[in-house]
Amino acid sequence: MEKQVSTVFFWIFAALIAGSGLIAITRRNAVATAMWASLCFVGIAGEFILMHAYFLAVVEVLVYAGAIMVLFLFVIMLINLREEDLKATEGAQLHIAGALFSLGFLGALVWTVRRAGLFDIPLNAKYVGAEGTAAAAAGETAQLAVPLFSDYVLPFEIVSFLLLSAIVGSVLITKRRLS
Amino acid sequence: MSIGPYHYLGLAAALFAIGVIGVVTRRNAIGVLIGVELMLNAANINLVAFSRFSGGLDAQIFAIFVIVIAAAEAAVALAIILQLFEKRSDVDVDRARTLRG
Repeated sequence: MEKQVSTVFFWIFAALIAGSGLIAITRRNAVATAMWASLCFVGIAGEFILMHAYFLAVVEVLVYAGAIMVLFLFVIMLINLREEDLKATEGAQLHIAGALFSLGFLGALVWTVRRAGLFDIPLNAKYVGAEGTAAAAAGETAQLAVPLFSDYVLPFEIVSFLLLSAIVGSVLITKRRLS
Repeated sequence: MSIGPYHYLGLAAALFAIGVIGVVTRRNAIGVLIGVELMLNAANINLVAFSRFSGGLDAQIFAIFVIVIAAAEAAVALAIILQLFEKRSDVDVDRARTLRG
């Protein structure tokens, strides 16, 4: 029963992700693009919950759908594009070419994975279903914190330094007068 | 039918392809940037799926790092877009050709 419910929710969230992602990249209005992308991130958070990655689901909503999209909206409203600038593309050729390129890319991706024999690896060997305790407990914040602050503490510190330098760098870039 | 790892990998590949369409076809720099964010999220779905179906938590740690780096990248890129708008009063990536300030 629980398995069927999670299957249904997987397809609901998958349709939400693909649909809102496609709408997001085809809207002419930048604000509409940001809002649809936000909905896409909420769908991704739903998939994370289905995979028992609860902490990442919360971070996805807080950081992506919250902070990053608010930053995008701020910039969109600061630059206040004129109506003629909102034209996403000139004509349909670029759209068709982009869609074909992307489909070819998708095909190459699947072909490479198949050729590399990744489909033959029994990925779900250790998979414990929704009723299993080992996999169900994983992804909770406490379990995630232990490796983050022991095995991965050096990358953690490096990434915090990267974030600091990105903050300083973006302030410097925005403050500079180019002319 | 239960959902296996390849369902998630397929979903992530589809989302990555959607992001590629956004990067390739949009001329608005903000649209291009949102396409990049969608591609990074596709990678995150893959990482979490590998973590879920192989038992370890390491991949989720990598997903956290990807989110942090995506935030840093968005901040720097938006600062560049602001400066580009100040210089040229549009954010068309096809018309911005020179690197010279």
